[in-house]
Amino acid sequence: MNLLRNIFLRREAGIAVMIVLFCIAVGAVKPQFLTLDSLRIILLLTPLIMIGAMGQMLVIVARHVDLSIGSMLGFSAMVTGMMFKFYPEIWWPVGFLVSIGIGAALGLLNGVLVTLFRLPAIIVTLGTLNLYRGLTYIVSNAKQIDRQFVPSALKSMSQTSPIFGIPWIIFISFGIGLLTYGFVMHTRVGRQIFALGSNPIAAPLRGIAVNKVTLLVFTISGALSGLAGILYASRWGFVNPSNTGSGFEFQVIAAVVIGGVSINGGVGTVLGTVLGVLLLGCVAAALPLLGIPGTTQSAIYGAVILIALLIDRTVRQQGIASLSRARA
Amino acid sequence: MSAIENPVVVSAREAAPPRPLWQVIVIRPETMTLVLLILALFGASLLSPYFLDFGYILRSFTLSAEFAMVALVLTMVIIAGEIDLSPAANMALSACLFAFAQQAGIPMPIAIGIGLVAGLVMGAINAIMVIRLQIPSIIVTIGTLTLYRGIAQVIAGDKSIRVPEWFIGVNNVLMAGIPVPVIIFLVMSIVLGLVLGTTIFGRQIYQIGTNEVAARHAGIRSQRIKMGLFLLMGLVSAAAGILTASRLGSVRYDLGLGGELQMVLMAMLGGTYIFGGRGTILGTFLAAWLLVIVSTGMTVANVLPAVQLVVLGVLLVVSIIATNAIYSRTQR
Repeated sequence: MNLLRNIFLRREAGIAVMIVLFCIAVGAVKPQFLTLDSLRIILLLTPLIMIGAMGQMLVIVARHVDLSIGSMLGFSAMVTGMMFKFYPEIWWPVGFLVSIGIGAALGLLNGVLVTLFRLPAIIVTLGTLNLYRGLTYIVSNAKQIDRQFVPSALKSMSQTSPIFGIPWIIFISFGIGLLTYGFVMHTRVGRQIFALGSNPIAAPLRGIAVNKVTLLVFTISGALSGLAGILYASRWGFVNPSNTGSGFEFQVIAAVVIGGVSINGGVGTVLGTVLGVLLLGCVAAALPLLGIPGTTQSAIYGAVILIALLIDRTVRQQGIASLSRARA
Repeated sequence: MSAIENPVVVSAREAAPPRPLWQVIVIRPETMTLVLLILALFGASLLSPYFLDFGYILRSFTLSAEFAMVALVLTMVIIAGEIDLSPAANMALSACLFAFAQQAGIPMPIAIGIGLVAGLVMGAINAIMVIRLQIPSIIVTIGTLTLYRGIAQVIAGDKSIRVPEWFIGVNNVLMAGIPVPVIIFLVMSIVLGLVLGTTIFGRQIYQIGTNEVAARHAGIRSQRIKMGLFLLMGLVSAAAGILTASRLGSVRYDLGLGGELQMVLMAMLGGTYIFGGRGTILGTFLAAWLLVIVSTGMTVANVLPAVQLVVLGVLLVVSIIATNAIYSRTQR
């Protein structure tokens, strides 16, 4: 009983309940929503957001924010796509290394600007958001990488796998989730990210190398955006200099804040973020079924971010209230 | 040895010598902006003789005048220690509502009123979230940025809404040889510059941005002032959106897309301190002209729009680094 109560008191339970209620509500109107087919659709919608959300979660926990992930995704996908196009003789899995490496380099640049010059991440990444997008146009000459250049082995990763025919990218995204869980819960550096986010003044006094941790967090965010970049090529089969990854940051931030990661830093769980991503996936999958046009998606993401912020604030206030009650 | 016997040492320890007056005047971010502006004008005139024609610069300025107006208010918001990334989306949504209303047959003055009220409401939503509910403005305005533009997309869809023929082209109307949007910008600069620089209200904005807790203890109604700034932001954004609609002749949901970069860039290039408490309207005023000359110059020189995006991104980062460096050297 006590265990059950503890589970229900957790933040993640609320999100899980929201997912279930949402699915039941949509299922009541359109029964075909509650089938394995739509589960497949939902899961295929989420991998890119899931991977981006893991990086963004770390950044937000460290009390920063990374707005440039969409452009990092676009740039690394574009360079990888051009490698496929102009050097088709290169073994295609090398693309993963290229994409992740480029993403990591761009993320590192964000981190350097933030730590070296002590600038707020929001302004730096607003600048690099446009900078990286512009670079994407320049390297690609504003030309799209078409379907025939993306290796079919890469594209099939989004179609199927030997394991129950569940596409590889779903395994990859959940694998990244597990890795992130291990990283934040069971490594020293992972815990230091939380320490840094909950009290940036105390963190260096406890011997935490603040600059190194910040650099690491931005680099991870970049590397994961790079991974999402090559998976974009796998999922959609093309890379477009203007569309690929644009608006990605808003989806990811929406998922992360619904997942209960506090924008004040120091609070957040991998499970919550995963559930946040799944909730967004459910919403995105339900819209066309309910006959709501795709143009509403952006408005819904915005509303979701604001609602999640309100919930976060209420939870925080209750936490403070219960603390002061306990003290009195 | 007591302090009375050796007063010189004590006073030297307590206060640094005042900086010479010329340093106070010269080493300021605004000076940097002015120098850059003159350099840019010089470089651009080498590129094309058109830049020596004042009318040409004025006409180019109408393309960014709307953003520049909003950037003036944004400067005040940033000085007060907050930020607003949603004005470009606000412009799009209020312009869409305005265009939608007048297409539905509502008379033009009321349609304009609807657009302005919509902007005010959007500003109020930001203000309530940031000030009443105490959620950081950075993340709130990222959310409302997505929401406002999303609603604009719902209203307008992928189509563009036309405005009547006579309403088009406010940028071509000249008063004393100056396009009307530029006049509005000039008047706003003077009024806001005086308010920020010479009134008690203006000084209070600086105090809030420097240390909000101290300002509140000193009896400054910080919440009310910040609320007012966000409302002003909404109103000016809506007006800028309607002016843009008149300039373009039609409204799409992607009106002013990415404008938040240019607005923040104008404020940052003008030497507004990103952490609040420092900055001037004069700086933003100069930066707006600088940005117009740089981007027009790039267009004249046939620089690809993509490269221009890169240049703007780099400028943003470099300008904050430079501003921070100047402030940390001189005004401690």
